[in-house]
Amino acid sequence: MRISEKKTLLSVEKLSIGFSQYVKGTRQRIIYPIADMHMDINEGEIVAVVGASGSGKSLLAHAVLGILPGNAVCGGRMTYRGEELTDKRKERLRGREISFIPQSVNYLDPLLRVGKQVQIGLDKKTARSVQEKLFARYDLKKSDGRLFPYELSGGMLRRVLFATSVREGVKLVIADEPTPGIHPEALSEILRQLKEFACDGAGVMFITHDLMSALDIADRVAVLKDGTTVEIADSAAFAGQGERLRTEYARRLWRALPQNDFDLEFKGMERGYDVADRRESGLLLREKPLDI
Amino acid sequence: MSLIGENLGYFYEKNRWIFKDINISVAPGEVLGLSGYSGCGKSTLSRILAGYVVPRAGSVAVNGKAMERRGFRPVQLIYQHPEKAINPRWRMKEVLNESYEPSQDVLDAFEIRDEWMNRWPVELSGGEKQRFCIVRALNPGTKYIIADEMTTMLDAITQAKIWNAFLSICKSRKIGVIVVSHETSLLNRLCDTVYQVSSPT
Amino acid sequence: MLGLLAFSAGFLFVVLLLSYGLSNDNLRIGAGGKNLGPSVDHIFGTDWLGRDMFTRTLKGLRLSLSVGAFASVLSVGIAIAMGICAATFGRTADAVISWIIDLFIGMPHLVFMVLICFIVGGGIQGIVLGVCLTHWTALARVVRAEVLQVKSAEYIHISRSYGKSSWTIARKHILPSIFPQIMIGFLLMFPHVILHEAALTFLGFGLSPQTPAIGIILSEAMSHISTGKWWLAVFPGLLLVAVVKSFDSIGEKVRILLEPSSSNE
Repeated sequence: MRISEKKTLLSVEKLSIGFSQYVKGTRQRIIYPIADMHMDINEGEIVAVVGASGSGKSLLAHAVLGILPGNAVCGGRMTYRGEELTDKRKERLRGREISFIPQSVNYLDPLLRVGKQVQIGLDKKTARSVQEKLFARYDLKKSDGRLFPYELSGGMLRRVLFATSVREGVKLVIADEPTPGIHPEALSEILRQLKEFACDGAGVMFITHDLMSALDIADRVAVLKDGTTVEIADSAAFAGQGERLRTEYARRLWRALPQNDFDLEFKGMERGYDVADRRESGLLLREKPLDI
Repeated sequence: MSLIGENLGYFYEKNRWIFKDINISVAPGEVLGLSGYSGCGKSTLSRILAGYVVPRAGSVAVNGKAMERRGFRPVQLIYQHPEKAINPRWRMKEVLNESYEPSQDVLDAFEIRDEWMNRWPVELSGGEKQRFCIVRALNPGTKYIIADEMTTMLDAITQAKIWNAFLSICKSRKIGVIVVSHETSLLNRLCDTVYQVSSPT
Repeated sequence: MLGLLAFSAGFLFVVLLLSYGLSNDNLRIGAGGKNLGPSVDHIFGTDWLGRDMFTRTLKGLRLSLSVGAFASVLSVGIAIAMGICAATFGRTADAVISWIIDLFIGMPHLVFMVLICFIVGGGIQGIVLGVCLTHWTALARVVRAEVLQVKSAEYIHISRSYGKSSWTIARKHILPSIFPQIMIGFLLMFPHVILHEAALTFLGFGLSPQTPAIGIILSEAMSHISTGKWWLAVFPGLLLVAVVKSFDSIGEKVRILLEPSSSNE
């Protein structure tokens, strides 16, 4: 596909998500795990969203799907295929055009047989046959459909998880940390699956803290820090000393990897910014006196 | 004079051993890596070596003596999830002082700010909490430290900073370190030798 | 929210103050007229002996509150002891205590209370024993669950690795974490006790008719309703409800204050 033909699938601008929280006693404050995020995904493209654990990356996925908790306060703008993504639209799209592969296998219902779980949400008449086709595609036996989650191994559960999220006509796949410390074989299989989605024309948002596996399959990488998008760069820019990366932070991030110049930080050259600085400057926390 | 685990074995259900006949040792000042993918039992092994869990087979000896159940344990364990390792009802200052009162040098080495001392754990980020966990493990009586996926939850920059500060202190105090991780490139960077824990066959 | 808390606390405080402040003169038989309805002089009216109902009610409430406090303290004490023992003394102790808890929960507590009252011979000791022996179970369960959960936390293991004794760990880690539950349990126990005291006395099992407790007031008033003297029952009843509701709302607010995580919705 020529670059000029790629259509923008999802576009996120100035996204902010805040939660009100009681800290201790009656003190209440609003926390902004996501302060100012922007990113976009084109059709057939894999964009990785990389940030430290706890930096709010999963919240981005939940925001696109419209499954944020009740006390969340959302700002900014999201468009999907050119039109604004309202709450109503999110409800219509999720599970159909936008599918979500969650982080842990605990998202599977432990009381339901896995075959049935894959069939949830499918058209009743064709559900069974679609499920069997999916199982075959993901290398699961037909008889496995009758098993409960606790009877399957970790790897098989991951594949079932994938199968639950694949639908005919899915346009955007959001994969949330699908690769936590697993075997390299299982890892490459998952990456291969995601690449397949992209080849079929869907856009893939790959949320992870593992920059290296992201670079394996992603076309572009969005680097997050403290809930803000620091830079969106082509994967190819993550090479050498990171000269082709635009921001200082992204360069430091690349070079700090154990595969690269791990020792750089310690040589005390740059005293760059710290999470602590952002907190002190009030960008993350805003203390609100309790409304009594 | 080392931390030695001999013929260690553990199972949750009878005769379904997670691992068996593991012999592992780390000398003062040495950095040993423990590698393996999730589910292979390396966390359980760490807990056995730190004296938190009694092995089903084998024994652990610290500097020639069996692991003491009372008094300050010379083998300290640093967990992957700092929020679980800190009492949410204590202020950070108390959390540190439960172990000992750290010198300003150590606090500076890990970039711990003064204002964090009076904060509640919920007000700090994961990386900040982990720094506290590391500092309190660096008690003067500590001879061996087991770092169980200590920086897995942190970003690459924080990870590099913390390891550099941590290892330099451990080397100067001749503390033996076991680094548990699934990331081979990290282990290659940090460790003198790497011990592979393989999945049960 | 703090406003409501202040209001409830203030209300109770006023009740308490008035009960001390109002002179006992009003209780003299025949001081005012007999069987007078509510008026400016006697806000709650007077009873068949000419005693001012307002004074009687307030003083009665104070007595009920003190009995309530005493029984609450005892009940909470039993609950804490049982809860902690179940969680920390090993599997057998846990099994035994859990069985006892289930046993007590299974029994209809009103019947059991009446039985205890009867056996002990009524009076204040009857009520106190009856209430605290039947109401410790819910809090004990909560304490047990909380202690079990805290015991397995990683920071407890770390504390132990520093060589801290079990006693120190209990004091500095476990007790602070169950303290909010205990506070809440205690505050919410109060209204329960007061109501039961009123009920038991009303049924004739509790305090003797001489003691001016709310239960007595209400039970005596019942016989006068048919003659149209509604104020003898309605006002004390309303005041009782108001007091109970105040305790309830204080308990709820305290729960929100002490356990912020339960209210982040």
